[in-house]
Amino acid sequence: MMNKNVNITINGFRVEVKKGMTILEAAEEEGIKIPTLCYHKDLCVAGNCRVCVVEVVGQKRLSAACATPCEDGMEILTNSLKVRNSRKHIIELLLAEHNADCTKCYRNGNCELQKLASEYKIMTQDFLELSPLKNYTIDMYSPSIMKDDSKCIRCQRCVRTCAELQGVNALTVAYKGDRMKIATFFEKAMNDVVCTNCGQCINHCPTGALVERNYIEEVWNAISDLGKHVVVQTAPAVRVGLGEEMGMKPGEAVTGKMVAALRRLGFDSVLDTDFTADLTILEEGTELLTRLKKALVEKDQTVSIPMITSCSPGWIKYIEHLYPDNLENLSTCKSPQQMFGALAKTYYAKARNIDPENIVSVSIMPCTAKKYEAHRPEMHDSGYRDVDYVLTTRELAIMVKQAGLDFEKLPPAKFDRLMGESTGAGVIFGATGGVMEAALRTVYELVTGREVPFEKLNIKPVRGMEGVRKASVKIDNPLEEWAFLDGVELKCAVAHGLVNAKKIMDTVKAGKADFHFVEIMACPGGCLGGGGQPIPTNPEIRKKRAEAIYAEDTSLSLRKSHDNPEVQKLYKDFLKEPLGELSHHLLHTKYTRRERF
Amino acid sequence: MAYSYQLKRVDFIFRNENDWEKVLSTTIKKKPDEIINELISSELKGRGGAGFPTGLKWKLTAESKETEKYVICNADEGEPGTFKDREILSKVPYKVLTAMAVCGYVTGAKEGYIYLRGEYKFLENELNKAIDEFLYYCQEINLDFKIKIFMGSGAYICGEETALMESMEGRRGEPRNKPPFPTQAGYRNKPTVINNVETLVHTWTIFKYGAKKFYDLGVQYSRGTKLFSVSGDTPKPGIYELELGMSLQDFVYEFGDGDTKAVQVGGASGFLVPRKKFKDTAIGYEGKLVGISLPTGGSMMLFNSSRSMFNVLDNYLEFFREESCGQCTPCRVGCQQLLLGIKAVKRGEKPASYLDKLLKLTETMQLTAKCGLGQSVANSFSSIVENFREEMIY
Ligand SMILES: Cc1cc2nc3c(=O)[nH]c(=O)nc-3n(C[C@H](O)[C@H](O)[C@H](O)COP(=O)(O)O)c2cc1C
Ligand code: SF4
Repeated sequence: MMNKNVNITINGFRVEVKKGMTILEAAEEEGIKIPTLCYHKDLCVAGNCRVCVVEVVGQKRLSAACATPCEDGMEILTNSLKVRNSRKHIIELLLAEHNADCTKCYRNGNCELQKLASEYKIMTQDFLELSPLKNYTIDMYSPSIMKDDSKCIRCQRCVRTCAELQGVNALTVAYKGDRMKIATFFEKAMNDVVCTNCGQCINHCPTGALVERNYIEEVWNAISDLGKHVVVQTAPAVRVGLGEEMGMKPGEAVTGKMVAALRRLGFDSVLDTDFTADLTILEEGTELLTRLKKALVEKDQTVSIPMITSCSPGWIKYIEHLYPDNLENLSTCKSPQQMFGALAKTYYAKARNIDPENIVSVSIMPCTAKKYEAHRPEMHDSGYRDVDYVLTTRELAIMVKQAGLDFEKLPPAKFDRLMGESTGAGVIFGATGGVMEAALRTVYELVTGREVPFEKLNIKPVRGMEGVRKASVKIDNPLEEWAFLDGVELKCAVAHGLVNAKKIMDTVKAGKADFHFVEIMACPGGCLGGGGQPIPTNPEIRKKRAEAIYAEDTSLSLRKSHDNPEVQKLYKDFLKEPLGELSHHLLHTKYTRRERF
Repeated sequence: MAYSYQLKRVDFIFRNENDWEKVLSTTIKKKPDEIINELISSELKGRGGAGFPTGLKWKLTAESKETEKYVICNADEGEPGTFKDREILSKVPYKVLTAMAVCGYVTGAKEGYIYLRGEYKFLENELNKAIDEFLYYCQEINLDFKIKIFMGSGAYICGEETALMESMEGRRGEPRNKPPFPTQAGYRNKPTVINNVETLVHTWTIFKYGAKKFYDLGVQYSRGTKLFSVSGDTPKPGIYELELGMSLQDFVYEFGDGDTKAVQVGGASGFLVPRKKFKDTAIGYEGKLVGISLPTGGSMMLFNSSRSMFNVLDNYLEFFREESCGQCTPCRVGCQQLLLGIKAVKRGEKPASYLDKLLKLTETMQLTAKCGLGQSVANSFSSIVENFREEMIY
């Protein structure tokens, strides 16, 4: 049925389109843009903002282009007088309800409503302003997300995101009529509900109703404080997103420019979260093998298999709320950000001979959940708060612009030493499946003494954008120490987006999962699609970012975590061995059972 | 003034008939096609407000190849000034149940639901008893059909068919995008016939007495009878079954108090007709009768000269502002603008010409709102503002 075609006309031009296509899609194919607000490529169609209305000749009413399938013989007008007048009216209505205080808005300059108002040149306000009549307050309780209902246009993109992509349903529609609003459970604060802080709602919000809690001024202040030594770490996915904020096309890795920019902003040391990503692999890989040994050789019933990754703080909060009985399945490893934080104020401080009291540790993350993670009471193992400030990719972009740097012209620079070296394995942490791939590259070699048997180390089965992916690697002829793994088929699963995590967790909870190792990332596409990444996001953009990540991996000479010389040095000089006592103290953590409501 | 009075009272709907078993068993001996053709030739149109041809609705659902289908009786009766469905369900529930079962037989649906307005909870017990007895008989004659009551929870918008289905599926009562229509993808995304309570009773009349008897009543385009809920400034408020096609003049002659200034036809989402247009207004569906013809879910509210039309409109707009589901921009924001706008004009904070801006706004609402609620706010707004402009200003 899908490949049958229908003939329609758009603005008088005859075109043939696939049956089942919506008017919006057909127009886009013809190069005609119909404005939208509630529509988003990641989400199911809502058809509630009505901005995309078009005229179908012969019909009494206008039709929502996003929700109306093309029928044979339709004559569609996307810009008739009737359409224009109605559309303008609708934009005016939205503005009348909206707290259009643009100059004081965090999304000023990147707001879909503002853009439409500008395109349609809405220069006057005939209607009565409604927002002063409502007693709006801003929810600022969460360390990650701020919610300002006065900026909300009720498109429900956040609601659909939270339900369809994440399966969390922290945000829903409440009340009706003029009181209709987007609310949490009993209108509690965002930090008091099941919200995972993943920030996908922010990425999908067309206006400034949902934004990250930003720490830009705090970081500028730290940089200006001469008594402070400010260290910055940058997550793998930031380097494939930042360029978009600086006017470049999606899919360009800007690692060198990013480092150069950070140095020019005044950070005292520019280091790499990829370094602790490699470290994570050694800790987590060893943890996996230890668990397998206990389970398979010692037949220890208390060991939880599968072991599940713990790098994604949105995922951690999710499992704490929704599958608290399975917390034992989580690896005890901290995320690379928090490993870095704990080392910055211990290992780094010692090596550089700086009083950790005077170190300010900043991280640049594609993520808003990392803000919450850094805020957790258990993340003080260095004796201080391990990570002081977490900025998103977007906040970094704001700082670069404020500093007046011509980003594209910056000569590429290299990370500082000690905790700045990374391998391709660390880089691919930024894409869904990356942690799994990196772990397999190391674990397989640890166990067999040989490289993982995939062409050029590219473990294709765990890559891609399929919501849940499964793969297995057979272990043949292991080293003597790992003889118990001979012939074992190491089974793995990968999921991204919390709706997909749910699919895996339901089988784990039911005791029906036959995997050994599972990677879960809260955001679609993994960290590259994180809630702190440039807006907009959609499947196409995420695909481009993923390509950039894998290209970066192949371009590096070192591609296996255990080959990272700085990680080797860290063990030699400081930690001694994976899962050793110091590791245990600094790099591992525990989790908290949380209520559903 | 000499005036020939022609209002015709009829008694089909509430006629007490104890032969529903026979009507059911003889009707389902006929072929589904035959029943559909009978309905089509009766020209029965839906009595819930929209006036969609009932035979066609059943036919479209019957034609679907899906095996899972549903029949829903819409008893949400939320339109201000309508109170007839309640009466039907308490007086002649068997007619409704029989019609639902026949609809199931015709379309292939095995399950039926009565979506009962939350405030009608007091009907639930009696209705359940009737359903039990009815289903017992269905078993006896080997008719595989179940009926259950689904209690609504009080939102006007849940009377809109797709919002109703959303609410039955456990979600917020928000209207869906159309297409697809319920006949294609309704309850649980399966083909569904949804009919108003009264519509179903009329099918019963047609099964029992034949399409011709029904067709012979009423006028062209508007066949048969209709229940009217008469309220307001009238000496005899109540429920009356009348032939369609009557002129409003005749109606007021019968029900007015001698001082009728205007009649609101079709509730808050209907039209206000001022005295000078009574003669040119007929009650029925589309198609020219005398002057204009107005469809209605049955609500007829009479106003005499003691009533302020500003207050009437204010009241309707208050209703819409609150009862809009709030999802779509033109309706959610539009209703607030209209209500606050007429108040601002009344208080002199906006010039009288602001009313014309608001009239334009209602045009946009009519053109672009997602469902019938937002689309029909224009009806009462423009008919009141255009006919009683001075009452809006002074
Ligand atoms: C806002 C709104 C409220 C409605 N409320 C009712 C109602 O209470 N009862 C009803 O039968 N139809 C109601 N309708 C009409 C239904 O959507 C639908 O057209 C009707 O149930 C179809 O039945 P019919 O063809 O028998 O008229 C409403 C429509 C709208 C837009
Ligand atoms: S028109 Fe009103 S009731 Fe209908 S969908 Fe829009 S907001 Fe909801």
